Amino acid sequence: MTQTQKKKSTDTTQKKSPEAATIPNAEQTNGSEGSAASKAQAKSASPPPTARSTASAPNDHRLVGGGRTDNGRLMVHKTYKMWVGGKFIRSEQGRVLGLHNAEGDLVTHYVRASRKDLRDAVSAARSAQTPWATRSAFNRGQILFRAAEMIDARRESLIARLQEHAHLSASEATQEVDAAADRMFWYAGWTDKYVQVLSSVNPVASSFFNFTLPEPTGVVAIFAPTNAPLLGLVSLIAPVILSGNTCVVLVENNAPTVAIELSEILATSDFPGGVVNILTGLRDELLPHAAGHMDINAIASCGGNEAQDRAIQLAACESVKRVHFFEQPQTLDAWCSERQQSLYSILPFVEWKTAWHPIGV
Amino acid sequence: MTTKTNEQAHSRDMAGLLFGDLWGYAPSPESTDHVRYAQRYGHFINGRFVEGKDHFPSINPATEEVIAEFAAADEAEVDQAVQSARAAYAGVWGKMKPAERAKYIYRLGRLIQENARELAILESMDGGKPIKESRDVDLPLVAAHFLYYAGWADKLHYAFPGATVSSIGVAGQVIPWNFPLLMAAWKLAPALAAGNSVVLKPAETTPLTAMKLAELCQEADLPAGVVNIVNGAGRTGAAIVKHPDIDKVAFTGSTEVGKIIQRAIAGTRKRLTLELGGKGANIIFEDAPLDQAVEGIIQGIFFNQGHVCCAGSRLLVQESVAKEVIQKLRLRMESLRVGDPLDKNTDVGAINSRAQLDKIHELVQSGIDEGAHIHQSTCNLPSRGFFFRPTVFTEVSQSHRIAQEEIFGPVLSVLTFRTPDEALKKANNSPYGLSAGIWSDKGSKLFSVAGAIRAGVVWGNTYNQFDPASPFGGYKESGFGREGGLHGLKPYLEVR
Amino acid sequence: MQTYRLPKIPTVDQVQVESRAAAFTTRSIKKGAKKAALELAIRMMDLTTLEGMDTEGKVQMMCKKAMQPMIGRPCPSVAAVCVYPTLVGVAKRSLVGSDVKVAAVATAFPSGQSFLPIRLEEIRQTVAEGADEIDMVISRGAFLAGEYARIYDEVAASKEACGPAHLKVILETGELGTYDQVRKASQIAMDAGADFIKTSTGKVSEAATLPVTLVMFEAVRDFFFQTGKRIGIKPAGGIRKAKQAWQYLVMVKETLGDDWLTPDLFRLGASSLLNDVLMQLQRLETGNYQSSLYFSED
Repeated sequence: MTQTQKKKSTDTTQKKSPEAATIPNAEQTNGSEGSAASKAQAKSASPPPTARSTASAPNDHRLVGGGRTDNGRLMVHKTYKMWVGGKFIRSEQGRVLGLHNAEGDLVTHYVRASRKDLRDAVSAARSAQTPWATRSAFNRGQILFRAAEMIDARRESLIARLQEHAHLSASEATQEVDAAADRMFWYAGWTDKYVQVLSSVNPVASSFFNFTLPEPTGVVAIFAPTNAPLLGLVSLIAPVILSGNTCVVLVENNAPTVAIELSEILATSDFPGGVVNILTGLRDELLPHAAGHMDINAIASCGGNEAQDRAIQLAACESVKRVHFFEQPQTLDAWCSERQQSLYSILPFVEWKTAWHPIGV
Repeated sequence: MTTKTNEQAHSRDMAGLLFGDLWGYAPSPESTDHVRYAQRYGHFINGRFVEGKDHFPSINPATEEVIAEFAAADEAEVDQAVQSARAAYAGVWGKMKPAERAKYIYRLGRLIQENARELAILESMDGGKPIKESRDVDLPLVAAHFLYYAGWADKLHYAFPGATVSSIGVAGQVIPWNFPLLMAAWKLAPALAAGNSVVLKPAETTPLTAMKLAELCQEADLPAGVVNIVNGAGRTGAAIVKHPDIDKVAFTGSTEVGKIIQRAIAGTRKRLTLELGGKGANIIFEDAPLDQAVEGIIQGIFFNQGHVCCAGSRLLVQESVAKEVIQKLRLRMESLRVGDPLDKNTDVGAINSRAQLDKIHELVQSGIDEGAHIHQSTCNLPSRGFFFRPTVFTEVSQSHRIAQEEIFGPVLSVLTFRTPDEALKKANNSPYGLSAGIWSDKGSKLFSVAGAIRAGVVWGNTYNQFDPASPFGGYKESGFGREGGLHGLKPYLEVR
Repeated sequence: MQTYRLPKIPTVDQVQVESRAAAFTTRSIKKGAKKAALELAIRMMDLTTLEGMDTEGKVQMMCKKAMQPMIGRPCPSVAAVCVYPTLVGVAKRSLVGSDVKVAAVATAFPSGQSFLPIRLEEIRQTVAEGADEIDMVISRGAFLAGEYARIYDEVAASKEACGPAHLKVILETGELGTYDQVRKASQIAMDAGADFIKTSTGKVSEAATLPVTLVMFEAVRDFFFQTGKRIGIKPAGGIRKAKQAWQYLVMVKETLGDDWLTPDLFRLGASSLLNDVLMQLQRLETGNYQSSLYFSED
């Protein structure tokens, strides 16, 4: 992934965010949060989420295929929860959003995170940060490698999920899952190398030993890409956490359920609770709370529109947050390209510590 | 032998040693005869000094006399400077063979060395810092910074393994008044080495040496427009920051203004580096080399009148040695010579401005009001100019304003701790994270504490050391980005 | 008798103590301050000759110079002459009627490698010859072997042997290896009753330096805090130029303060410093740079 500082191309993303408040009955709202959300949306210049056009809004919200398997078995209904502090949770507000297929049928529900869910996730991330950062680099690497293993191990189910939930073709889904495993594997190898490559011993002109090394910034909020629901997520999370940061990921895209599938994988990869926290919901709703949260140290954002990006920058200054915008590739091929993985994607989320000590007897 | 004054007698009572004037140093003022400067300055745009308007005075804080008047650039003048920088970037500098760029930067470094004495005197006159610091610290570092980065200009592709690098364009740089020329060097040298052109604004209380630096750019035959220097205060700075053709903003100054700048560039993709305030913890463990630690505390807080963003303004001393350390500290403070910045024996010079002096007074008063114990040097202060006695507060707690807010003056807050854990908690209990000092003779403890401190510069058994090869910058609200060293190149390069 | 145990003392950081010492050399000492420093330096000087080839004649001439360093203008006499024990008598006789003291290096100077009873007897005889001050050496071998109690006992015994004479304890810092060791040796000497601690014999290539003397100042200061006793310091060896002399005085002034700016508590041990100080004084007086041809060498 490139570190973009260039003007982003205009917001041409094929955003397949789910309908939120505009879809009647698609969510069970408690009111106050919903109105905040619509206000946030009204303020931003973003087009309303268009998982499918409002015009074709269905009247029929039955589960796809009646929730039966191909051979007619009535499936055990799966609840997509969020992953916070190592636990799978529902929103404290109890609100959900609906994911629909191209025909407008309900595929499943997923959680709509509230700002209090965000608060809890940040607090979990904060508690996990120092222990995560003080694990050995080797150990963090082992866990990331394990995550790559687990993506591979659940390859078939992920491919199926990308087809069902993100409407990818079989070959596209396969390409994305394989690239995601490979990307996790690639970044996993950096945990015990990036310090070596990027740190320096500085030849100062006095009798001091002087060296500079990178350290994790702390708690990073990630606004996940609006496309590539698996690979995009891996491409942002891995470079953030490998150095010892913890993160709170907010997912709003065409298939947030894939993020939850990923969290189930990460949960079985020996990640300590709180290192990665995944919230699903609405970017516009949570953005001001995340960007202004005084205990978040940095923000990574991908796929936001201009108004959202600006809102992040405006609120971020309250605690001098580091903000980094990743340019969002528009095609799966672009996402899969090796250009999308870089040592330099780790850098926006590390601090440089320079230490001096006299050399003497 | 002179009669001892009451104050001196007092100093013996408090500490047991007498720093009187049994043998006093005669005044030893640096001669200002040969320094040359104009009475009025405009701006330096496109290789020429241009007239400006809305002139304001820059005064000598030690005498309160006007040194010269400086114009304040408005949006139109800033626009001219940016256009000139853009043209120079597109036409000359960005395309120049890196080896030639290197030689220009090198030439600036050499010219600074050749003019070091005059620049040092002007720096002390305009800013109030003791001549021994501008002469022995600032100027050598200024020259060294240019010489260091000159060598990078034609080696940039070695700096970031596996990446391709390219320049960014026009950098807008706004610098503070505490190290006027040194901060200019920190900004200019890496920007130029990376192939960018620059619009720089010096602080409004210390613009003089930047204008002299502009003269050196002319002498060096630096292509017109590569370096543009505009004078002015906040409005001028804002005009630079907000100018749409600025690609990169670099700011050193207060956290408050840093946040304003961060907000001002929201909605753009301008790159930003901020080097902001600090409230550095200087931690003294009981196994420290105590006498050197005391010297480090003094260096940490009284260097440059405490006008140092990385000053060790919070002393954390282990309870078992607190009494001893404080006694030694007060004695050492008593031997500091406060006064005429141009006197070669002055240790602590003038506070940079009336406004800064007022701020120091206000915060010191809050320390007294909140119940901390104040100890001040008994030295005599000059009758004119902005001066403040070296001051130490003891019995300070983390909740005191003087333990939290950056005073940016010769005022130290002393807190105590019992265990390394407690020291760390207190050190990190701050929105700032620029610098810290750790004093201990135990290597493993140094590594452990240095690793856990959230600060960009950690000095073990030393304090306030600087070097062009050593990256400098903050964590948390002390800013982001690094200046100095290889890492100082990154903010001025596109690294892909 | 209780065995001496070295008390807990702070460690010394080499780089920081050297950088602090270097800062004293940047003090600008001009005009009246310089004149006062030069005169003070003379009053603090232990004019020294410690050669195998020393004779009565040499010592007599040196004593003349000590009493009247400069002909033709008022000039203070030096603090003391420092000679080998056999020449104490002649020095004493040569200095009759002056305030100049006689110091003698005793205790198998410069190595100290002899039997303790012999060294103590040397002190006693030297004092009997009329020495006002005894400059003893510590057994560096024993010190480096960690036998601190032995050093303490030897210094204490030497002090006792001195009787009324003042005892200066030479640490020979050039052989101790580190500033930490200098600090330790200073502490032991002071604990054992030294009146002065002195850097060097002048017989080892690394003699007095500003940082090593600074470490001794800090030891003296802490000892004063703890006991109220003011111990003197004498850097010796390698101090040849007037500029060095006033750099030491700057360090005294800013580290120990006015109380130590006296020959009772600070001495400069030197053989060739005096004429350079005199030349500088003359230069201040006349405005002309000076030539050694015009200053008597004895």
